[in-house]
Amino acid sequence: MHPALSVIFFTVVSGCGYGVLCLLGISLAFDAASLSRTQALVVLGAGAAMAAAGLTSSTLHLGQPLRAWRAFSQWRSSWLSREGIAALASFVPIAVVGACLWFGCADATLRIAAMLLAALTVVTVGCTAQIYATLKTIPAWHDARVLPGYWLFALLGGALWWQLLCRIVDPAWASPRWLLALAPLAAIASTLLKHGYWRAVDTAPAAATIESATGLGLFGAVHSAERPHTEANYLTNEMGYVLARKHAARLRALALILFGALPLLLGTIALWLDDGSPVTALLCVVGATAAATAGIFVERWLFFAEAKHVVMLFYGPQRD
Amino acid sequence: MTSLPAPAMKKLGLVIDLDICVGCHACAVACKEWNEDGQFGPLPDENAYAKDPLGVWFNRVHTYDVEAAHAAPLTVHFPRSCLHCETPDCVTVCPTGASYKRAEDGIVLVDEDKCIGCKLCSWACPYGAREYSAKRGVMQKCTLCVDRIYNESFEEIDRQPACVMACPTRARHFGDLGDADSAVSRLVAARGGYDLMPEMGYKPVNKYLPPRPRRDACGASEAPPAAEAADFSGAPLLRWLDKLLSR
Amino acid sequence: MWIGAAVHVGYHVRMPHAKLRLNEPVGDEVKTTTCYMCACRCGIKVHLKGGRVRYIQGNASHPVNKGVLCAKGSAGIMQHYSPARLSKPLLRVGERGAGEFREIEWDEALALATKWLGDIRATNPDKLAFFTGRDQSQALTSWWAQQFGTINYAAHGGFCSVNMAAAGMYTLGGSFWEFGEPDWERSKYLLMFGVAEDHDSNPIKLGLSKLKAHGAKIVAVNPVRTGYAAIADEWIGITPGTDGLFVGALIRELLLHDHVDFDYLVKYTNAHYLIVRNPGGADDGLFARDAQGEPLCWDKRVCAARAACAIDISPAIAGEFTLEDGRSAVPAFQLLAERFLAEEYAAGTVASACGVDASTIRRIAAEIADVAFNQAIRLPQRWTDAWGREHIEMIGRPVAMHAMRGISAHANGFHTCRMLHVLQLLLGAIDTPGSFRYQPPYPKPVPPANRPGRTRRENGSLDAAPLGYVHAPEELVVDAQGRPRRIDKAFSWEHPLAAHGMLQSVIRNAWAGDPYPIDTLFLFMANMGWNSSMNTRETRRMLCDRDATTGEYKIPHFIYVDAYHSETVDCADLVLPDTTYLERHDCISLLDRPISDADGASDAIRQPVVPLDRDVRPFQDVLIDLGARLKLPGLVDEHAAAKYPGGFAQYMVEHERAPGVGLLAGWRGRGGDEQAVGEPNPDQLDAYKRHDCHWEARVPDAARYYKMANRDYLNWARSLGFLASTDAIVLELYSERLQKFRLAAAGHGVAQPPARERARVARFFDPLPFFHADANDVAIDRDRYPLAAITQRPMFMYHSWGSQNAWLRQISARNFLYLHPDTARDHGVADGDWVWVESAHARIRVQARHHAGTAVGVVWTWNAIGKRDGAWKLAKDAPEHTRGFLLNHVIDDLLPSRADGYRYANADPVTGQAAWFDLRVRLVHDAEPGVAGHRIETIPAVAGHAA
Ligand SMILES: Nc1nc2c(c(=O)[nH]1)N[C@H]1C(S)=C(S)[C@@H](COP(=O)(O)OP(=O)(O)OC[C@H]3O[C@@H](n4cnc5c(=O)[nH]c(N)nc54)[C@H](O)[C@@H]3O)O[C@H]1N2
Ligand SMILES: Nc1nc2c(c(=O)[nH]1)N[C@H]1C(S)=C(S)[C@@H](COP(=O)(O)OP(=O)(O)OC[C@H]3O[C@@H](n4cnc5c(=O)[nH]c(N)nc54)[C@H](O)[C@@H]3O)O[C@H]1N2
Ligand code: SF4
Ligand code: SF4
Ligand code: SF4
Ligand code: SF4
Ligand code: SF4
Ligand SMILES: [Mo]
Repeated sequence: MHPALSVIFFTVVSGCGYGVLCLLGISLAFDAASLSRTQALVVLGAGAAMAAAGLTSSTLHLGQPLRAWRAFSQWRSSWLSREGIAALASFVPIAVVGACLWFGCADATLRIAAMLLAALTVVTVGCTAQIYATLKTIPAWHDARVLPGYWLFALLGGALWWQLLCRIVDPAWASPRWLLALAPLAAIASTLLKHGYWRAVDTAPAAATIESATGLGLFGAVHSAERPHTEANYLTNEMGYVLARKHAARLRALALILFGALPLLLGTIALWLDDGSPVTALLCVVGATAAATAGIFVERWLFFAEAKHVVMLFYGPQRD
Repeated sequence: MTSLPAPAMKKLGLVIDLDICVGCHACAVACKEWNEDGQFGPLPDENAYAKDPLGVWFNRVHTYDVEAAHAAPLTVHFPRSCLHCETPDCVTVCPTGASYKRAEDGIVLVDEDKCIGCKLCSWACPYGAREYSAKRGVMQKCTLCVDRIYNESFEEIDRQPACVMACPTRARHFGDLGDADSAVSRLVAARGGYDLMPEMGYKPVNKYLPPRPRRDACGASEAPPAAEAADFSGAPLLRWLDKLLSR
Repeated sequence: MWIGAAVHVGYHVRMPHAKLRLNEPVGDEVKTTTCYMCACRCGIKVHLKGGRVRYIQGNASHPVNKGVLCAKGSAGIMQHYSPARLSKPLLRVGERGAGEFREIEWDEALALATKWLGDIRATNPDKLAFFTGRDQSQALTSWWAQQFGTINYAAHGGFCSVNMAAAGMYTLGGSFWEFGEPDWERSKYLLMFGVAEDHDSNPIKLGLSKLKAHGAKIVAVNPVRTGYAAIADEWIGITPGTDGLFVGALIRELLLHDHVDFDYLVKYTNAHYLIVRNPGGADDGLFARDAQGEPLCWDKRVCAARAACAIDISPAIAGEFTLEDGRSAVPAFQLLAERFLAEEYAAGTVASACGVDASTIRRIAAEIADVAFNQAIRLPQRWTDAWGREHIEMIGRPVAMHAMRGISAHANGFHTCRMLHVLQLLLGAIDTPGSFRYQPPYPKPVPPANRPGRTRRENGSLDAAPLGYVHAPEELVVDAQGRPRRIDKAFSWEHPLAAHGMLQSVIRNAWAGDPYPIDTLFLFMANMGWNSSMNTRETRRMLCDRDATTGEYKIPHFIYVDAYHSETVDCADLVLPDTTYLERHDCISLLDRPISDADGASDAIRQPVVPLDRDVRPFQDVLIDLGARLKLPGLVDEHAAAKYPGGFAQYMVEHERAPGVGLLAGWRGRGGDEQAVGEPNPDQLDAYKRHDCHWEARVPDAARYYKMANRDYLNWARSLGFLASTDAIVLELYSERLQKFRLAAAGHGVAQPPARERARVARFFDPLPFFHADANDVAIDRDRYPLAAITQRPMFMYHSWGSQNAWLRQISARNFLYLHPDTARDHGVADGDWVWVESAHARIRVQARHHAGTAVGVVWTWNAIGKRDGAWKLAKDAPEHTRGFLLNHVIDDLLPSRADGYRYANADPVTGQAAWFDLRVRLVHDAEPGVAGHRIETIPAVAGHAA
């Protein structure tokens, strides 16, 4: 599939955004004490901004942005519609949480809103994943690991950005251990998951063949002799993207180092330097966050670039 | 709306005969022409007279070579357009309701006034039947000529898809595949019409008729056919000397 | 807003597709006319909306296409609105070929043309070379040339398929091409030789699907398996140029097994005619004739020679007989049998050369024999033969054959095509149920009576139309020394039976002043500056070349008529812009290339369906105007006033060739109630328009088959003026006419070839068809150039015009060189590599693609996709010229020089048919096969040699 940078960039950013919001929701709900009001507001603002950016961008690259509102109508059948609704809905708890923090009002309301926020972010990221995971036409996406993958990367990105934001506000901040531990754990988990995913898609039997696509398998092996058009068209541009194997391999390795190895390493260092030297810890977190974000970006790019659409079976390989 | 309608009795679609399709592209161009200036048009063209000419088409014609296991190799021409599937995800994934399947006849359409151009439906179509152009920002596809087949401003014989009427080998047939004894259904039964990519589970309505068995080494064998008892060892000229003919 | 939206959404969900309109009319008006996106000429309905063309649909009531429409036809709308349309007359301002023009008014343009042509006519009319490419409106253009008085006229047939026409006319009085067709209803076995598309584009497609539905077997003999060959039951990937061997072997098999319809032969052909055997004598090989000059045969009942045309006799087909005057003679059939029973044509002998194994050849022979004789058709249809004998049924030999340029575009095409007809005759499969059928006005006498015009009358007009059929050496268009008189050397000893002229030779000959320099080249609708010429680059150079001494252009004036900005436009001095086919009156006349089918004679018209929006004029109007300005006979009245001020529309209706005979056959006579022959009818065009712009006369049931000897048909045909007499037309297995040329070469007769031509004429004017690999005494070096290179028409493009079409070029904006993976392996060419295709004089850099459906040892490409930079209003970076290519650049227009250094045209020695497909090439590696880019280079060693 054609890796459209805009889409990729913003699924990554909004993913991290929702991760941040999710963690904020959880900590406000169960461990409110661990955060200063300013930290909470900054994190909320930043997370909301990241999520919003993702949302608006995905609207902007539509053919008819002004009609975007129509996308809320088909929640019965469409994951894209559901994503839209969930994404928009998550701004309700964001607003309530924000208000509560600002006016420092009722503890109970804040808790409920925070829980709701956490829940909705999980749902939104889940919907995004399902948009891809439910497409039978793109076997590499139609895979059980895609949904957990999106969640994990949101968590990884979220955990790191969360720390980063909190530490920027208050470098001497004594953050809750469970939270600091999240990043390295998420790094390990996503590495394992992604590794498994790649092995699976590489070895998966073809979902369809040029023989089944044309029905001519009945007679024998089928090859495309002539395409319907000598130049490119929408289909070949959108779904005919081919990434050379060797590039793919290199990029996969790079991604693993960026979102796996480095965050694990730096995250762990940060974890135990935490009380000792906050500044070094901050630097580690900066490094880990940058690496992970870049890594998720590469991973997301590969997610598109490596995915093959079955329609290209009709075209068959061709050297330009 | 994009939830699929309850399975209808009527399933309008095309039956395409790969045995006689010569790959002339007449169907593709007739389609382009019919729709260009019609209510589903325009089908925008970009760089029409320059590098990378690119435009929206609802019908494309491929050519395949088939290495038959035990028979002579085949070359097969293969038109590809919307199959008006019974359970297509191109409809269910649509967030706006623009992409829908008509309950009354199963035709799958895009309501351009609702389409936001998210392209998701085209990703969901295994058959490449949907084409998008940034020029209009909406998704476009074969309409099964819904604006022809019921058209009361037309004479009866013209109430057929443009591609079907144009096809110079009459390889394209239009009709109700839901009705077991419609002409098209009988054709499908008789010729073993099949579905494309059945493993996708979209249950295409359009059917393709496979090339008929080729009669390559058919009929007479290498030996002279029929009653050929005569001995031809001798010079034939002699035989003809005393041939009695009349004019 | 959110709530509002939700409500809104709810509303829309309940209301799907608010704007869907099921009963919208197509447009506000519909007009019928005739398509001209190609020469098939189908009936169309043009729907208009607000004065613009909205939709073009096939006309279901039209005999040609019965409602279907091809890709080109549907794309007509984009052709009509093409940005490459010319919009005003152009006068060259820069160097010729630079494409620098000044737009001028029509008056200036016509005045200039009148001046140039007037001077010529006053001095020597032959200094005008008037040639038309797409042979539209030949009925007018050839008549105009005749009135002008130039012998230098022809349409495009010479570089197209004259071998089909000539071989057919000199054998059957009809032919393949679009003058005959397989019996699509009844045929059980069809052999197709070298057909990719043909002129009968839609009828063939309709027919093929009918045959398949009936379960007939279709065999495609073709080096490439695409299109029609792809749907055939059996593909025979023959080696290009060797069909003569394959067909000869089939004939031999039939003879060996007595699979011959002898009754048919003696009834309808000259198989039983006695041929004089007198080696060295002036009568050797001629028919034995009686005192009245009637050919004789040997009647076995009375054991004596009898008039061959007599009935109720029993003619011998073998044996040697002594005539009363003591000369000995043998039946034509015996000579034929002797030729084809020779080992030379044995399946085993020819197999390797034509790439078809012997067992396949034998099997095909057995199959056609089986179908012809064991599966014969007995059609319960009473009919009367030419001799008045009643028959209660029509015997059918349901084996049909069709052939086109795969046969004709070779220098051996004439004899190969004749051989094909002989094969059909042996099977008794000409115009019988299930076989090849004539399309009225064919059959004509063998060959048709009209001879080429040669001498000028008092009024300066030619004694006959410039094109025709030469019946004997003394009818050639040569001077006293036997040198060519025509600029293209047609009807000369070099190409005696060049019935369609040789457009492909005009530019070179005019440039070289051989046989003489001309003054004005007047081209209509022929892209001679590109895809229609061989050796294209050199041809363009010659068009623009100046005489070193005088500094004048070697071709002083070049007037070109085109509707679009083709490659040739840039080479012209004066460009006369034509309309598109939707803006003018045209006439598809029975006097031209008819659109008839086997069951009916048809003609048609084109009418303007949209008003002109540019300063262009229909060429026919311009030609008639020019004729009047030049005061040509027939174009001005006794007061020297224009006879057809109303232009072509008036001419179509009022002009009479012979009393009562005009361009249109329908609705003649004052009241419009006569057909074919009748007074002009002022209301005729309206009558056509009322009848969807076409007319048809159905062949009576009893006249549908055996047309050459069917009294019902012959009477019907004569009543329509197609035939002068109702005598049976004798089909010529043996061609006495060809023998007369051979005798002339042997030094007999009044007209004899110059010494230089004798051997060649003697060799190629064989009265019986034969196979020859070369048209020259010096053959091309096949070891150096191991591959045969050919082209095919894409079904969706018409020659050069398709690429200006926004839709059609989206299907193909570039072409590739296709070759079999094995060939590719032998030459080390990977799929997608850029390689050099090199012939003896030039080489082109092209992209190769592997193609399993190509015979080994053959490379091919789609024709005329490659375009010249700057033509057709295509952008500089258009793939048509950055990646697409023309094979023409490597096809030489001349044969390798003969032993004595002379170079003949690269054409069939009998008919002058351009031998496009004799091309031999080799593949040469490029240093960077991965780098895209088309290039053309001349091979220095051979360059200039062309002169
Ligand atoms: N390599 C190779 N070369 C070939 C062939 C091949 O098989 N292989 N085939 C040969 C054969 S058979 C033929 S017939 C020739 C093609 O014969 P041509 O007739 O030369 O081919 P076209 O490209 O159609 O050129 C016709 C010209 O007519 C112009 N034209 C189109 N419509 C109109 C109109 O309405 N009015 C006027 N005035 N002009 C119009 C077009 O713009 C074009 O410039 O090509 C020959 N060249
Ligand atoms: N769409 C479309 N239709 C056209 C035209 C067009 O340009 N486009 N042009 C029109 C014109 S002007 C003409 S003349 C006709 C020509 O109609 P066709 O004769 O069909 O023209 P070609 O495409 O040259 O086809 C030649 C065929 O012969 C095969 N062939 C080549 N060499 C040999 C050989 O030695 N033996 C055998 N058996 N086969 C061989 C080639 O592979 C090819 O399939 O088409 C007319 N119709
Ligand atoms: S028009 Fe008919 S024959 Fe031509 S490509 Fe389409 S289906 Fe095949
Ligand atoms: S072919 Fe594609 S677009 Fe048409 S219904 Fe099936 S899935 Fe949808
Ligand atoms: S592109 Fe249009 S039709 Fe397709 S899914 Fe998006 S909104 Fe629906
Ligand atoms: S049915 Fe109509 S819209 Fe569909 S491919 Fe045919 S012509 Fe095009
Ligand atoms: S075959 Fe096609 S282009 Fe040629 S006349 Fe018929 S419709 Fe027109
Ligand atoms: Mo031609």
